Amino acid sequence: MDVGIVVFPGSNCDADTYHVVRDVLGHRAQYVWHEERTLDGLDAVILPGGFAHGDYLRAGAIAATSPVVRALRAYAAGGGVTLGICNGFQVLLEAGLLPGAMRPNACGEFRCECVHIRVERTDTPFTCALAAGEVLRLPIAHAEGNYYADPPTHRALLAGRQVAFRYCDASGATGPGANPNGSHDAIAGVASPTGAVVGLMPHPERASEGLLGGEDGRRIFDSLDRWVAARPPAAPAARAGLEVR
Amino acid sequence: MTVAVEQTARRSETRAEAGLFTAEVGEIRRRLGREPNRVELAMFGVMWSEHCAYKHSKAALRRLPVAGRGVLQGPGENAGAVSVGDGWAAVFKMESHNHPSAVAPFHGAATGVGGIIRDILAMGARPIALLDSLRFGPPDDARVAPIIHGVVSGISAYGNSIGVPTVGGETVFAPCYRTNPLVNVACLGLARSDRLATSRAAGPGNPVVYLGARTGRDGIHGASFASAELAGDPRDRSAVQMGDPFTGKLLIEASLEALATGAVIAIQDMGAAGLTCAASEMSARGGLGMEIDLSRVPRREDGMTAEEVLLSESQERMLLIVQAGREDEVLRIGRRWGLEAVVIGRVIVPPRLAIREGGTPVAALDPRSLVDAPVYAPAAEEPAYLAEVRRVDPATFPPAPPRAALLALLAAPNIADKRWVYRRYDHMVQTNTVVLPGADAAVLRLKEAFPRGLALSADGNGRYCYLDPQAGGMLAVIEAAQNLACVGATPAAVTDCLNFASPERPEVFWTFREAIEGIAQACEALALPVVGGNVSFYNEAEGAIFPTPVIAMLGVLADVRCHATPGWKKDNDLVVLLGGGIPRLDGSEYLATVHGITAGLLRRPDLAGAVRLIECAREAVAQRLVSSAHDCADGGIAVALAECCIAGGRGARIAFALGRGERTDRVLFGEGAGRIVVSLSPEGLPALRRLAQRLAVPVQVLGAVGGRRLVIGPDDGPPDPWIDLGVDDLAAAAQGRVPAPPSHGAPR
Repeated sequence: MDVGIVVFPGSNCDADTYHVVRDVLGHRAQYVWHEERTLDGLDAVILPGGFAHGDYLRAGAIAATSPVVRALRAYAAGGGVTLGICNGFQVLLEAGLLPGAMRPNACGEFRCECVHIRVERTDTPFTCALAAGEVLRLPIAHAEGNYYADPPTHRALLAGRQVAFRYCDASGATGPGANPNGSHDAIAGVASPTGAVVGLMPHPERASEGLLGGEDGRRIFDSLDRWVAARPPAAPAARAGLEVR
Repeated sequence: MTVAVEQTARRSETRAEAGLFTAEVGEIRRRLGREPNRVELAMFGVMWSEHCAYKHSKAALRRLPVAGRGVLQGPGENAGAVSVGDGWAAVFKMESHNHPSAVAPFHGAATGVGGIIRDILAMGARPIALLDSLRFGPPDDARVAPIIHGVVSGISAYGNSIGVPTVGGETVFAPCYRTNPLVNVACLGLARSDRLATSRAAGPGNPVVYLGARTGRDGIHGASFASAELAGDPRDRSAVQMGDPFTGKLLIEASLEALATGAVIAIQDMGAAGLTCAASEMSARGGLGMEIDLSRVPRREDGMTAEEVLLSESQERMLLIVQAGREDEVLRIGRRWGLEAVVIGRVIVPPRLAIREGGTPVAALDPRSLVDAPVYAPAAEEPAYLAEVRRVDPATFPPAPPRAALLALLAAPNIADKRWVYRRYDHMVQTNTVVLPGADAAVLRLKEAFPRGLALSADGNGRYCYLDPQAGGMLAVIEAAQNLACVGATPAAVTDCLNFASPERPEVFWTFREAIEGIAQACEALALPVVGGNVSFYNEAEGAIFPTPVIAMLGVLADVRCHATPGWKKDNDLVVLLGGGIPRLDGSEYLATVHGITAGLLRRPDLAGAVRLIECAREAVAQRLVSSAHDCADGGIAVALAECCIAGGRGARIAFALGRGERTDRVLFGEGAGRIVVSLSPEGLPALRRLAQRLAVPVQVLGAVGGRRLVIGPDDGPPDPWIDLGVDDLAAAAQGRVPAPPSHGAPR
């Protein structure tokens, strides 16, 4: 599998994601500079965490105007599989590739700690190895992860089964005590209608090795593995809507 | 070049121009054989500032051991470096940003992070971890709360964005830091041993390249400002730099990429004293000179004078000497990362710093005369307060009820959980952090040299140093080494940050010399080289701070998978105490928190015993003989046991032998004895005993892990234990009170 990891100036989880994809999972990984104009030939694209362009403006706002994001629109329109992690999720929102927006955390501060998220949708390339309702323990590290969708957008999200993950406690229950940033409806991750594009605030690449205290994040990458393996080696354009059970 | 000035007189009498003493201006005239022009005098002013020149500390610092096995770079470069095996070098250094953080907490702390990162970068190393050692006044003081909030926000904003994890440190509170906080930041980097960079200029004709952010008017005279007492002048804010972590991140990537080409001969950060310092130090180290044209320096604003350009401490700038003919390669890399990358001069043979602006000469100085500032031998005199505070006998205070005292200690700001601080720092980025903040020391795996790992700890105890700076210096080194041993690491090297009041006062300088003696003796006992460090004097705004030497220590783990953390792991594990020193209440946190006094007579630690205990604990962890390990520090063994319970979510039943007439508070809360609490399965005890016996370390079985309560009592005493508290109650107490952020947002 060939995975492209986008590097914006200020990305800082690019090397961590590269390490997991290549050294832990054994796939081919390559960095994709933000000025690249095509993503053809990649089995999946990951937008890693960090502070693209410093994020002095709204997080992800400047990165969303990069050439690589224009290429990503074409890639996604063709059914290309894309994951946005943390800052990468923020970029996908700012680019309009996923619905909704991020506000500063309700606590007003950066938060780096482990949280629990519940899997809400399993027919995506990043959740197909997981069970609905399954609880993952993953780290977060962000200052702007307070997800918001206005009422019509939120209704559409629910109708289209676009909520991929929700913050919860260890038992899987949602509630104010288990919502680290004040996200609307406890939303921690969102998928595109087909499920091919997924964004989430927690960092699966930080929880993919037992030595670092957890391997739940690896399940998300394992899903991608399974998804790509199950896909017929046909033309990339025919990828959209592929079901894997 | 040493000027014998026996004793510097008071600053008010003698500071003449550019922050220099009158005698120093005379010395400059003598060296030049002429009057310095205004710009030249300003250059001397910053280069001969205490901050840059270490003129009051240099002689005393020679006492520290700098050589040792594995040392690749001792003091004298931008940071120290030690070999950690497999051809890899750990580069590390600690620096203070106290004065800037006092007047502009957010930017002062943020630029403290940025500055130390670039020192590591200048060694050719990728920065992989940060630690910060912070001192504030009481957190509920209205003057202090905004400083705490600003400093923590500044570290958070800079460290998180630049992508270097803040993996540990310490946060300590005492009234003496009320208006003079201490912000000491350590950075660790990793480089190939054979690819370490240097700041030594070489190759006449080679271009001098400016890389990074533009030069602005911030931080002008920052070095001089940090070399005098804080006067509370709001104009001092202009001496504080503004940090931009985004550009800092670009600069890391661009510099490492440029270094990887092999075209870079030398590199240095333009930090304190800016371009002046970088150009003169690089020239002097190479025994060469430089021609520099200031008109080529990229600027943030129009109308800057030559002096401003030379002295600006604008952040995120590096100066490089590049192989002639290959400058375009380096310039292209810089521009690809969106940075300013310009040739501003070239290396020349005569040892002369020839600065011009276009066609106009600005300054012509021998770089060695700028770098070789006068070295002073300040007078030292034992402070009068010592006799008084040492006369206090803790035995004259009535013992506090143990249960209430333990809860009060757990809630004390110095001991309480610091999660409210470290959850604001990204401590996981780079995915190497194996032991997270909150343990005795941070542990990092090395992806490049697996299964090797590195551990880091930062420790200092101003209270101890106030009572006995020599003992305090020793105890800081020992505690750092014990912390490393508890995670299974072998102590390898030290960098220090020595925070003191004005060295021009003999009673302060005496404490400085004593602390260095203590650090030196402890490092010698542990065979640890001090590979770098930093001195911050003039920490007195409303009054002198406690003498506060902070020790950052690097440790190496042969197999990072064999590490330990403080929390109990399994019910029915035995709780065992390693080390048999006698704890004392003198200078303890208990005395400060419960009885409100910092006094008493410290005993000098048994260094040989400490060395054996450290080796025993490290070996026990590395061989996986124990399931947990935790150092007994502030608050004594009772607090250490409570912390093991909280971290492990399990209780324990503990029994102590109590001598006749013995005070329970001394047994429970006494400090300074060199003791480590471990837990292990009962079957493992014989192996631990054999190890301890070989190293002549006393072993005492205290009890066992289990249940949801911590119960501590005498082993043959009455059925009523001294302490019987639920683990949840301990955890609730240790939550402490999180200082409320100021209502009007962060001071920025």
